[in-house]
Amino acid sequence: MIRDITLGQFFPGTSVIHKADPRVKIVLVTAYIIFLFVTGNFVSLVFMVAVVLLGVIMTGIPVKMYFRGLKPVVMILIFTSVLNIFYGKGEAIWQWQFLKITWNGISNAAFVSIRIIALILISCILTYTTSPTDLTDALERLMKPLKVFHIKVHEIAMMMTIALRFIPTLLEETEKITNAQKSRGADMESGNIVQRLKAMIPVLVPLFVSSFNRAYELAVAMECRCYRGGDGRTRMKVLKTGARDAGLIIFSVFVLVGVILCNVMFSEMIVK
Amino acid sequence: MESFISVKNVSFSYGKDTVLDNISLEIEKGKFTALLGHNGCGKSTMAKLFNALLLPDKGTISVDGIVPETEDEVYEIRKKVGLVLQNPDNQLVATIVEEDVAFGCENLGVNPREIRERVDKALKAVNMYEYRRHAPHKLSGGQKQRVAIAGIIAMQPECIVLDEPTAMLDPQGRKEVTDTIRFLNREYGITIILITHYMDEAVLADRVIVMDKGSILTQGNPSEVFSQAELLREHSLDIPQSAQLIHMLKKNGIKTDTLPLKPDECIRLLEEMLAGTDFRLC
Repeated sequence: MIRDITLGQFFPGTSVIHKADPRVKIVLVTAYIIFLFVTGNFVSLVFMVAVVLLGVIMTGIPVKMYFRGLKPVVMILIFTSVLNIFYGKGEAIWQWQFLKITWNGISNAAFVSIRIIALILISCILTYTTSPTDLTDALERLMKPLKVFHIKVHEIAMMMTIALRFIPTLLEETEKITNAQKSRGADMESGNIVQRLKAMIPVLVPLFVSSFNRAYELAVAMECRCYRGGDGRTRMKVLKTGARDAGLIIFSVFVLVGVILCNVMFSEMIVK
Repeated sequence: MESFISVKNVSFSYGKDTVLDNISLEIEKGKFTALLGHNGCGKSTMAKLFNALLLPDKGTISVDGIVPETEDEVYEIRKKVGLVLQNPDNQLVATIVEEDVAFGCENLGVNPREIRERVDKALKAVNMYEYRRHAPHKLSGGQKQRVAIAGIIAMQPECIVLDEPTAMLDPQGRKEVTDTIRFLNREYGITIILITHYMDEAVLADRVIVMDKGSILTQGNPSEVFSQAELLREHSLDIPQSAQLIHMLKKNGIKTDTLPLKPDECIRLLEEMLAGTDFRLC
């Protein structure tokens, strides 16, 4: 069913990570991703992987879900690994015409793959433990300084909220229109890709028309409820950073120091 | 009786289409008024005029003494008069029920703690408190419409205008919504204007205004309005089924002075008529 598609899956829970301030989470995840690209050797990489695995365990969300999150990048992983394996420098351990495999290539491939996996896992931790509203809310507050550059932070966040709100509604509507067209004899399943894309037109046109109507009505409803943009607005939920968040931040500082130390101490192992 | 909204000689047109033609009416404070009429008779336009979404071409509308002329006055009116629209899907903004209810209060700049209190109270008033953490798209039509009403109540308006709030709902959802409306009117003393084309809903009101082709056909309390069966039929409007039955009985020579509008009243009347005969109602 089309309705099963979920974006930014959120699994409610009560772990430390769930309860942390979403702003802190976004900042830390961004920092982690930067650290990840700073890591230069396997020791610091293993260290980073240990950190992300600890995070995964702490969320209390079944590991199965994380595997599901990794699925879409499997192709990218294979592609980059293959490229890396054949583009290594140094002595060949296997060669066939111009293709050669080197130890350097293999270690590069492993390094990049592990990096990508860690990257996906940390983003999964963020989206799995933070509700979409909390995420947009936190983004709005984090981006507030951008107001200086006349960026309409509130409006962007509002659009994200509305988009999230209407994704399921529009999916439902797409399904309804598809069924309506099928019942009138529309053929959506057979033919080549061009024909199938053409068959989508009778679905897309009504969907667009109704979306515009919805947008108009929503605007009226928002105006009825005294919406006048971001100025003078208050929020029901006040984000508060507590001891929990301080703990997370201190922990992350240790991770940063750890990565730098590993990089320096094992500098001769740096993968080139 | 104190008048809350007063409409004087108002005309309105979309381009060349005249929708409202020199209408005057009064909405009394704290009363439940039903606005009846066919599609295209101008009742939805009337709803939008009540909370200054539209401004009249001619004539004046004043809400609690305020005439919408400047932007601030329009804003004041919207604070006093909330509007609930027909399609519940298109008026919910947030991804979580309680956040949607909070939306209006947030716009008014109420402080966070008070918003929390108002939201909880509003959700309890429409009996949706248990669903406060749900996503709106997973609720039934009637539940969504009640959430939309809660969003308006949380803003603490003095009057709520409902533009065919039950048109897209099943009978169960309709009952939920009408029960909620009556509860708000009785318990909170909120002035209610219900725009509808269901006669059964109009019967619940204190006062009924019937519109036809941009002007007022007749108005009064429900029994006054529905006793004019001929007039309503001329304009192809129905009357409640109970009233219709009694009208037909009267035509056929049965004498009675009362006009029951609700099914249970009708059953009681029929039982009285049949008392002493061999007929029995099941």
